[in-house]
Amino acid sequence: MEEYLFNILKGSVLTLEVALGSLAVSVVLGLLGATAKLSPSKPLNWLAGIYSTVIRGIPDLVLMLLIFYGGQIFLNKGLESVGYTDYVEINPFVAGVLTIGFIYGAYMTETFRGAIMAIPKGQMEAGSAFGMSSLRVFFRITVPQMIRLALPSFTNNWLVLIKATALVSILGLPDMTMLAKQAAAAGRGITPLAPMLFFLFTGVIYLAITTVSLVVLKQLDKKYSMGVRRGEF
Amino acid sequence: MQFDVIFEPAILKLFWQGILVSLQLLCISVSIGGLISIPMAIMRVSSNRWISTPVWLYTYVMRGTPMLIQVYLIYYGVAQLDIVQNNWDTVALFKPFKDALFCCVLAFTLNTCAYTTEMLAGAIRDTNHGELEAAKAMGMTPWQAMRRIILPSALRRTLPAYSNEVIMMLHGTSLASTVPALMDITNAARSVYSDYYLPFEAFITAGVIYLTLTFTLVGLFKLAEHRWLAYLQPRKA
Repeated sequence: MEEYLFNILKGSVLTLEVALGSLAVSVVLGLLGATAKLSPSKPLNWLAGIYSTVIRGIPDLVLMLLIFYGGQIFLNKGLESVGYTDYVEINPFVAGVLTIGFIYGAYMTETFRGAIMAIPKGQMEAGSAFGMSSLRVFFRITVPQMIRLALPSFTNNWLVLIKATALVSILGLPDMTMLAKQAAAAGRGITPLAPMLFFLFTGVIYLAITTVSLVVLKQLDKKYSMGVRRGEF
Repeated sequence: MQFDVIFEPAILKLFWQGILVSLQLLCISVSIGGLISIPMAIMRVSSNRWISTPVWLYTYVMRGTPMLIQVYLIYYGVAQLDIVQNNWDTVALFKPFKDALFCCVLAFTLNTCAYTTEMLAGAIRDTNHGELEAAKAMGMTPWQAMRRIILPSALRRTLPAYSNEVIMMLHGTSLASTVPALMDITNAARSVYSDYYLPFEAFITAGVIYLTLTFTLVGLFKLAEHRWLAYLQPRKA
């Protein structure tokens, strides 16, 4: 029994890897999406609008199955057309990270868009009046303030993302959830309480991860809100 | 792309039944979870720690763990215990666990109830202080103020956040497909995928169905907000 519990605990490393990997992907996609949505170019607005609406309107699980199983066929058909005939298997870890990153990129797009819009426009204008290039304005003026404004919604997205990683178990990735399910099936022979015990244990680990994240993000929020006066009641 | 397979009568029927199962899961869990969340939210804002802490713990645990784990815990954990399985024909309490649909609904209800409780509790806390003072000045008891003033306004103000929660739950019902016995929209797509090996066609169809349902829900909530939240709409020029 202890072995199974230890195994699940080791699976939490993979869960965290998937979560952090997809967080990185989603932040990049979110920044791109937000700038595209706020750019003056109409086609870019449309593209980002379709991305953030469609992705947020479909369950994560369905998107994952679509991208994972569909992507597999798509890749092999594409390789076949260029004359490569060996069957290529997509690495489920990479597929999981890219899929979750792609999905949460849509949520991050909205988060970052709202944060950028909340920064007074005059500051960006002042930046370009000082002769900064638009890229420099973005990194010197927009991003530092955006972090503070985006943090509450970012925290929310991260907590949802962490829990969404449980879905990669359905794609066959040995994360915590999958190990718990396997342990539950194996442990049932030893004691009928085993499935319950293993799933509860997994739940506790997830809870620990979310608790730590909340504490850390709260500290970050404090750091980035330095010098901001909040309304007092 | 071979979308003609999707439009075969047998497959269309499969998806139609999937829609019914998904909507059934959604309606039951959201309405029961919503009803239970009202007393829970009142307990959550109570100044008595012995009342508010258990509710806080419940929402914290439910919101901190993945719903997939909650479904597994109930379906593979509780429903397959020997005491439950051996007695579910005789003990009324265990009988519902025989049904996979019940196990999913139970997990979904507990989950959505936690999120709704927190939203509603937030809305109750945000009630304008002047309204409470006015109620007190009119001689209302705390319960009267809760029933007449706080709840009607808090329920309305929760509406925008609640629409998000209902849509999240619609998407959450796709987790029912991890329980083999339930043929919801996602499982219908999975069975089409495995029977015909057509992942794009199967999952895009499921995606389009979910997207349509999502937009329908968004539209319905817009109507509801128009009806009940008109007084908070930004003034039109």
